[in-house]
Amino acid sequence: MGFGTIFFNPDVIAQYLPAILGALWVTVWLSVVITATGLVLGAALAALRTTGLRVLAWPVILFADLLRALPPLVLILILYFGLPSLGLTLPALAVLWIVLSLVLAAFAEEIFWAGITALPRGQWEAGAATGLGRPAVLAHIIFPQALRMGIPSLVNRALTISKTTALGSVIGVKEVVSVAGSAQSTSGSATPLTMAALAYLVILVPAMIASRRIERRFAYQP
Amino acid sequence: MTASPPPMLEIVALEKRFGDNTVLRAIDLKVTKGELVFVIGPSGSGKSTMLRCCNRLEEPTGGAILVEGQPMLGIPQRMLDQMRLKVGMVFQGFNLYPHMSVQRNVMLAQMKALKRPRAEAARRALQELERVGLAHKAEAMPGSLSGGQQQRVAIARALALDPRVMLFDEPTSALDPELVGSVLQAMRELRERGMTMLVVSHEMAFARAAADRVVFMDGGVIVEQGTPDEIFGAPKSERLRAFLSRVQGEAA
Repeated sequence: MGFGTIFFNPDVIAQYLPAILGALWVTVWLSVVITATGLVLGAALAALRTTGLRVLAWPVILFADLLRALPPLVLILILYFGLPSLGLTLPALAVLWIVLSLVLAAFAEEIFWAGITALPRGQWEAGAATGLGRPAVLAHIIFPQALRMGIPSLVNRALTISKTTALGSVIGVKEVVSVAGSAQSTSGSATPLTMAALAYLVILVPAMIASRRIERRFAYQP
Repeated sequence: MTASPPPMLEIVALEKRFGDNTVLRAIDLKVTKGELVFVIGPSGSGKSTMLRCCNRLEEPTGGAILVEGQPMLGIPQRMLDQMRLKVGMVFQGFNLYPHMSVQRNVMLAQMKALKRPRAEAARRALQELERVGLAHKAEAMPGSLSGGQQQRVAIARALALDPRVMLFDEPTSALDPELVGSVLQAMRELRERGMTMLVVSHEMAFARAAADRVVFMDGGVIVEQGTPDEIFGAPKSERLRAFLSRVQGEAA
């Protein structure tokens, strides 16, 4: 068997294309939902931390450190296989969504926080001196600037977490790697795995191009 | 006795400590309507801290601050936000919002703190920018402006909120010498319109020409105050004489 028939067998492609395309769609919307949840949650956690209240800041720091330290796969396995023993059974999709959103939130919180602390005190003071309450200062002055500073790192994290949806294959989420993996074992051909790789390129290359646009769009002279 | 209206800004027995370090002690100062009071003194004398206590960017540890007779201290946060609208502040470092256009800088607090409708805030912003000669920069980003222009935008931003008193914290100290004049000009015009102003600055010539009263601070207390002629022409205390000879020595 030649290289072509192993990795690019046209019959296998034709047979599994619909399944892979379906799985690609699952990966796309999972990535979008996880990215949205993670970024919003990360921003909210960073906002809590700006209050300077220890009771709020410490749990945030603990959460961020823990979730960044643990491999996502461990958390996925614990939630999926461990929780049912406590009488709580979550669908595989929900487990993947929760774990990856929390992991992204942990990184996003740190990125937002770094941006917030990098801003001069005068930005807070200018807002306060013009009668703006803390939430308004945060929403209109501090956060937009922290977001702009964090965009390259946030985009990077969002792309990484999108690829991490492949871990769903371990608990049977029908995303690209899972579907391609079973196609590979039934067909005995590596072609579905090639298709999986191409599927990721189809998703991530446009995402990378879009992210460059976003980075350029929000670059400004400080 | 006729009841006179309360002073625009009144500082009573103000005290500020950082731990064991007392930086302000027993400060009493009244600024009446339309008055321009100038605060001078060596660096570390507490003059900026005193100014920042007036709108509670710095939290006083004792005494009282009254704006039009209403207390700034011991009030809930929501009321403090309201009171701060009466006290405009101009910072040494301008502190414009770099991610917003000049006009949006002047509009933000109008909309979010005063709750003015967007169209009205936009109109008012242009009007205030016009006054400081920067209406043509409304769409520009702050980063593209010179320091003098940025400071005038900051003045417009404060004035758009119809403050009763304006605080200036070394407004020209961060500027290149050739840009100082435009900011002082904006302050002079503001004074002519009857604004009550408390100014911390090293611009002695401006103090002499424009101030109603000059206050000399040193070591966290008010050492001496009087008209510009009294302070610059006939200083009473040794500390003021020493300070003046130092700064005039620099200027010579």
